[in-house]
Amino acid sequence: MTATTGKAWCFGDEINTDLLAPGLYMKSSNEVMASHCLESVAPDFAKMVQDGDVIVGGHNFGIGSAREQAALSLRILKVGAVLAESFARTFYRNALNFGVPCLFFPEYKEINQNDRLKVDSVSGTVENLTSGKQYRVSPIPAHLMEMIVDGGLMPHLKKKFAKAG
Amino acid sequence: MQKNKGNPAMTATLVEKIIARAAGKARVTPGEIVTCKVDLAMILDSGGPRKIWPRLKELGVGVWDPEKIIVVSDHFVPAVDAETAAILKLARDFVREYKIKHFYDMKGICHIVLTENGHLEPGMFACGGDSHSTMGGAYGCYMAGFGGIEMTGVCITGEIWTRVPETIRVDWSGAFNTAVVAKDVMLFLCRQLGMDNAFTAIEYGGDTIAAMSMSERAVLCNMAAELGGETGVIAPDAKTLAAIRAGGTEPKPDALSWRSDDGARFAARHNFNAAELQPQVAAPHAPSNSGGVDDYKGVKIDQAYIGACVGAKLSDLQMAASVLTGRKVASHVRLLVAPASQKIYAEAAADGTLNILTDAGAIMLASGCGACAALGAGVLSEGETCISTTNRNFKGRMGSNQASVYLGSPYTVAAAAAAGAIADPREFLQ
Repeated sequence: MTATTGKAWCFGDEINTDLLAPGLYMKSSNEVMASHCLESVAPDFAKMVQDGDVIVGGHNFGIGSAREQAALSLRILKVGAVLAESFARTFYRNALNFGVPCLFFPEYKEINQNDRLKVDSVSGTVENLTSGKQYRVSPIPAHLMEMIVDGGLMPHLKKKFAKAG
Repeated sequence: MQKNKGNPAMTATLVEKIIARAAGKARVTPGEIVTCKVDLAMILDSGGPRKIWPRLKELGVGVWDPEKIIVVSDHFVPAVDAETAAILKLARDFVREYKIKHFYDMKGICHIVLTENGHLEPGMFACGGDSHSTMGGAYGCYMAGFGGIEMTGVCITGEIWTRVPETIRVDWSGAFNTAVVAKDVMLFLCRQLGMDNAFTAIEYGGDTIAAMSMSERAVLCNMAAELGGETGVIAPDAKTLAAIRAGGTEPKPDALSWRSDDGARFAARHNFNAAELQPQVAAPHAPSNSGGVDDYKGVKIDQAYIGACVGAKLSDLQMAASVLTGRKVASHVRLLVAPASQKIYAEAAADGTLNILTDAGAIMLASGCGACAALGAGVLSEGETCISTTNRNFKGRMGSNQASVYLGSPYTVAAAAAAGAIADPREFLQ
């Protein structure tokens, strides 16, 4: 999941974990939780999002709870990457551990809903195929890159344990 | 705000000292990525065994240290349906399977239970599977919250990476006015400092904090999560040591040495005067959307909730009782009270606090996370308004995403319960 091409879903500032993973569904399966992801701000998101689509947020994306479902739901919905001006720490860590690349993207206001985006988190490039504009972004931190390339913590640990044999 | 001129080559903050020790280094620098050995890992019914056990099986590995992993069932207690019953049973089975030494099943909210049982000490590096694990920082340790996926890694390896945070120092001086408490400090700081202090730690100090009880200090560290910080910390003093002893643990001889060096380099320093602070209220839908209680006076409420790790400690229940003595909850309001632990419940029963609350019309609920996170009794319906002693009021946090949640101190919540609308608690304490 290091490169993705998909549609932009723009959400603005302070998208919190109660919007990403509503408490009412915390006891439910991961799949049921994912079906309610972001419904308070975009009722059709979980139904309409396509494999590889890109979430574009503003300030402090993912503030709130440590609940892993906030990030796991995006993985289940096959979101290709999250671009945001800034991220809350626990969401950022959870997302990378589930293999969902999060990239700091100060120019988020230049992206419009439904723009086609091409994001490469290894090289650190974002291309807006709709506007034709290209951006350089900071890639994923080096110490986490191997885990992202492997697809997240679980595939990464599997590989590590297999090697240790 | 002023920049500190300490000599960065010679000094370290409390947080830097703890991380350096856990990382096996003489010193660390903010921004540096290090791997730390974990002294204590706390996992919970909601995101713990339920998420971690299947992953351990998938990987074919066991846990790193059953004596350092603490399991607490507090989010879905008591079970209300087949799903929550299964989650709680799974936690019990996990504890048996992996021979976990410390298991607190329905004893109270994890952050409270840890300190009641003397698990936290100055200088420790601890991880918890809940964002408000920052609360442990009131005991002079570094404790941060992580999702179940990362706690899986911790439970297997006993290690976690961290980017050494810069420390923001927040000092308070002077005495609070009537009905102003730590919760008001945090609702004010959410507005002042914002909720986006990611990759920083918040250290609190000053004579106001020195004068605070451990229960009040814990509020400051708990809501460092709302500031977006890695954690919140307060250097230990005699009160800290007494609280650790009360939990049955003798503090180590070097406990008081865990503090920031004089002249340590802080990313920023903030100084506030306690006497200038008024009771605060946060309006929907963020703790940072706060102001003085006067700005919200008269907002009609349907429910008042006294609960959660941050807002249902014994001192919180006592604050509410001081407002409600000889008063009744307004007829259109339901006041729900969920003491933060079984121990607190018993203490509040013994000292008469519970009688005052129930005489006023409060409905007592079980100790647990409950309605704070829409997990248990007391969730809100569409169009309802609640004022709560909890720490978050994001849209949908306490139930319907069409409900409105205001946050306040136990004084302010109790005053609203009696008045039927948001009211100034100072008028109830004269």
